[in-house]
Formats: sequence, structure tokens, C-alpha cells
Amino acid sequence: MATQHSRSAARLMISPAVILLFLWMIVPLAMTIYFSFLNYNLLRPGAHDFVGFRNYYYFLTDPSFLIAIKNTLILVLGVLVITVVGGVALAVLLDQPMWGQGIVRILVIAPFFVMPTVSALVWKNMFLNPVNGLFAYFAQLMGLQPYDFLSQSPLMSIIMIVSWEWLPFATLILLTAMQSLDSEQMEAAEMDGASAISRFIYITLPHLTRSITVVILIQTIFLLSVFAEILVTTNGGPGTASTNLPYLVYGQSLLQFDVGGGSAGGIVAVILANIVAIFLMRMIGKNLEA
Amino acid sequence: MGKISLRKVTKKFGEVAVIPSLDLEINDGEFVVFVGPSGCGKSTLLRLIAGLEDVTDGVIEIDGVNATQTPPAKRGLAMVFQSYALYPHMSVRKNITFPLKMAGMDPAEQERRVANAAKVLNLTDYLERKPGQLSGGQRQRVAIGRAIVREPKAFLFDEPLSNLDAALRVNMRLEITELHHTLKTTMIYVTHDQVEAMTMADKIVVLQAGRVEQVGSPLELYNAPANIFVAGFIGSPRMNFVTGADADKLNAKTIGVRPEHIDLSKDAGHWKGTVTVSEHLGSDTFLHVAVEGQDTMTVRADGDVAARYGDTVYLTPQADRIHRFGADGKTLK
Repeated sequence: MATQHSRSAARLMISPAVILLFLWMIVPLAMTIYFSFLNYNLLRPGAHDFVGFRNYYYFLTDPSFLIAIKNTLILVLGVLVITVVGGVALAVLLDQPMWGQGIVRILVIAPFFVMPTVSALVWKNMFLNPVNGLFAYFAQLMGLQPYDFLSQSPLMSIIMIVSWEWLPFATLILLTAMQSLDSEQMEAAEMDGASAISRFIYITLPHLTRSITVVILIQTIFLLSVFAEILVTTNGGPGTASTNLPYLVYGQSLLQFDVGGGSAGGIVAVILANIVAIFLMRMIGKNLEA
Repeated sequence: MGKISLRKVTKKFGEVAVIPSLDLEINDGEFVVFVGPSGCGKSTLLRLIAGLEDVTDGVIEIDGVNATQTPPAKRGLAMVFQSYALYPHMSVRKNITFPLKMAGMDPAEQERRVANAAKVLNLTDYLERKPGQLSGGQRQRVAIGRAIVREPKAFLFDEPLSNLDAALRVNMRLEITELHHTLKTTMIYVTHDQVEAMTMADKIVVLQAGRVEQVGSPLELYNAPANIFVAGFIGSPRMNFVTGADADKLNAKTIGVRPEHIDLSKDAGHWKGTVTVSEHLGSDTFLHVAVEGQDTMTVRADGDVAARYGDTVYLTPQADRIHRFGADGKTLK
């Protein structure tokens, strides 16, 4: 239907939006790259000299850098495993016809609406706190020593908090996928003699692969940049035990006031995230093709 | 073997009785068609036999064994669904092998049966394709293939041709009938299309609102319908029904004449009417005639009858082909 005229009119009309979005992306990126080559510390006024790759050198040889990478990977993978496995299990359960289904579904999805800072604080003060926390209370009830989650195993605690936030998302996506499963397929499998477990393995799981892929891709993007939960609970500590890449960049630029170093870290993080994204698309992106 | 008996089978969804107490005998090797308007309970009945729905009351026997509480997989029946219900992520070969794999059958035997079924159904070249890459007719054949490899006691078909286009439907109708002659297995076939029922069945079961209206061979139903519903449902175009003075003369509440049993004349006849629509099919012409004092009647005439809109025609029913119905709708003997 598109004539030459309507096509050029369309281009003209979307161009403001496209130009705005392009600037929105390119200006911060260009400035970050520019700053990353400067000796620019807010505590040392004066000329910002061009220092080449020295900021990158310091950031990459910082002993915290490898720890942060490792922590980031553990955090992402841990949360992915918990949310995907738990999400599939919850989706299967919530798909069963039961009384009060609507309310139960809303309850399950509710944590997703709580903002990260708030949910991390709730976890920190109401569950994990070794004195007033609910877990400490249960431990004492059974005569056990309360466990100080945030200082004994900080990374695991953060994985727990972030999983709690993202499990509803995975459940929601997988539940809608479950509901699109053709009931005749299930009945056919039943007639073919497949047990409930075989039906899950041969029919349900293959049907869910595409949604699982979507969940993994979207969550990976967001989990690579987990920050608020760490800031309000452990502050990356004790030491660097729960420091991930975004938190390291934050520490560099806003705790040490090193704009140049922080920018270099940011660019490194962008490059690493892109590498992860490319690998993900290669590995599981083919599931998305019809 | 595949003899299925239903005794006083009842199905209720909550308070609504979809099937109020129904008895039916299906003999080994028969091709039985359940036919009726939509919502008459024919699919529910099939699903009760398959075991996909629980019977509220009554007994289902398969080969003399009470199977009322037997799970679907253990009944030895195979079903072909309306949507084919193929597993989209599996190749055709895996789809057909699936029931055998679930039964834990020896792989060599699996291979042999799949090869056999593929040959019978002309699927040999498509075994490695996914269902999404097949045409409607091919998918239909895969669904049938998945049913026949199990060598079931009976096949259940749930409106299997309703998703196909008209030409393909005629083809698949023939293929299924031929398959029945080759396998000689009991087949139960659900459809709302009375043409499918007439052409394929050994025995037709006409259902309305969960009740069996009549059971019989296609020609029995055509020639001697038990009541006004069966008379109107079987035969295409539909039978013409006449009430009033013409019916009273024959001591009936209603009389029925099929379009093919009415003689057409330009000059004189029993009823006088005006042609409203004429459908020229080449072999036949169907005339819709507005008769004075009656509903519009349909008449089948020869293909070369040149009747047009507004023409006046005279209709005469063939006296020995008139069906008489009482006030309760039953046929009067």
C-alpha cells in the first residue's frame, strides 16, 4: 500500500523520535568514553590531562575487578537457575484448576511490584537480621544459633533477595505460556500412554522452551546490573565479598570520586555485557526462531 | 477385537445433564458415525468412551470388560483429534513413535511399525519433517498414523476433517473409508456433517441433546426416519415439511417430502408456487419455491431445467414417498 510519497512522509515524521533516541544513547556513551581517557578526579581540581589507557589499566589490574566479575557471574547464574526452575514449578502448579486461582496468582506476582530498594530493606531488616529477623526467630525457636546471613554469606543472601524479586516475572511469563498449550495435545499424550512425568518432559517443557529463553535473556540483562539490593544491604562487603561489576564502578566513581576510572570501568562493563549478550544469542537465541 | 457397549451412561456438568442415560452397542469392526447438530453431546460421548471425561453414572464395557474407571491409556483405544494435536517440536517420525516409546516397546519393532504406517499413509518421504512444515491433509495423516501404530481395539475420530478444505475433505473421507476396509478395526467417528455420515458409516447414530434419536444404516435412516428430527437432519437438501390441510388428509400432524421426491410441472400439480432461487449445479437444479399457504419448499429437478426467478411452477409429491409424523414428532406407521 505504501506509495513513494507516503513512505517519505513516514520517514520525515518518525525522524524526530529516531534522532532523539539516537542522541539519548550516543551522547552519554561518547562522554563516558571521553572521560575514561582523562585523569579526572573530583578531589584534585585542575587540568584534566589525557592519560591514554591508564584508567583502563588500573581498573583491570585492580584485585577487586576479578572478584567482581566472579561475583557478577555467580549472582546472575544463581538467580537464573532459581527463577527458571522455580518459575516452571510455580507455573505448573498455578495452571491447575483450583479455588481462588485469581487471588493466588495476584499474590504470586505481587513481589514484582515492590521496588528493589524496598524489598532489599524488608529482607535485610525483617527476615535476615540476626537479632530481630524472622529467620533468627525461627532459629531460636528450634534452639539454634541465629545465622547472620548478610555478613556470613552475603552473596547468597543477595541471590536470595534478587530471586525473590524475579521469580514472579519468570512465573508470569511461563504461566501464560502454559495456558497457551493446546489441551488436545495433552489429551493426545494421555491417550498415547504418557504418564504425568512423561507429559511434563515431552510436551510441557518443549512447549516452554521459547518462554524460558525469553526469561533468561531479559533477566540476564537486568541481573548484570543489580545494584540497589547491594547498596542497601551489604554495601558490597564484607570486603568485596558481594561486590559486583556495577557496584565496583559505583565505588570507583562515587566513593573514590575518580570520574576517569569510573568511566573506564563503565566502558569495560558495557563491553562485557555485550560479550555475554552475543554468547547468549548464539547459544539459546535459535529457540526464538519459529 | 473392539466391541464397545454403553449402558445407562450419563454425563452431567454440574447440574446440566449433557447426556441423560444413554445405551448403545458398537460391534467389532463397525464404522459407526455419531452425527448431530453442534452441542448435541456427540463429542462428549466420544470423550467418555476415550476416558478423557469421567462418566457421571453408568457402565462402559470394552470387549466385555468394564472399563468405566480405566484410565484412557489402558483402554486400548486411539483417538484422532479435531486439531490433530500433533506434537509441534517432534518430527513426524517421533510423533508417530511417541505412543510406542511410551509403551516401552522394543526399538526394532517400533521402527517396523512406523515404517508400515508411513507406507500405508504415504508419509515415508515426510518422516523427518516437523508438523509445521506439512499441509493440512498430511498433518491429518500423521495424526492417523500415530493412532494406527498402536494397533488399538478401536479408533475414535473427533471431527477430523472439519479443518480441511472441501476438496481435501472428500479425499480424506475416501482414505479413511479405505483404511477401515484394510484394518477392519472398529471406528467411531464424530461429525456434524450428515454427508460424511451418509458416505462413510456402516451405522449412524443420530444424536440430539444427548439422546439417541435413531440408530441404523445410512439408507435405513434415509428411507425410514424414526422421527421428524432425523428426517430433517439426514438428506441434503433438507426434507420439506407441510402442515395443515394436506397433513390432515393423511391423518398426520406433519408430512414430509424430500426435494428429490417432488415432481415439477409448468402446467398443473398439487401445489402452486413461485420460484425464488434456483441453484444450478449442472447435474441437478435445486429450486426454492414459495408455495401459497406453506413455507418455502425445495425441489430437486434435472440439471437442464430452465426455471428462473419469478416463474410459476406446480409441485406434486410422489404419493408413496411421503413421510407422516404425529403430534409428538414420531413417524406414523
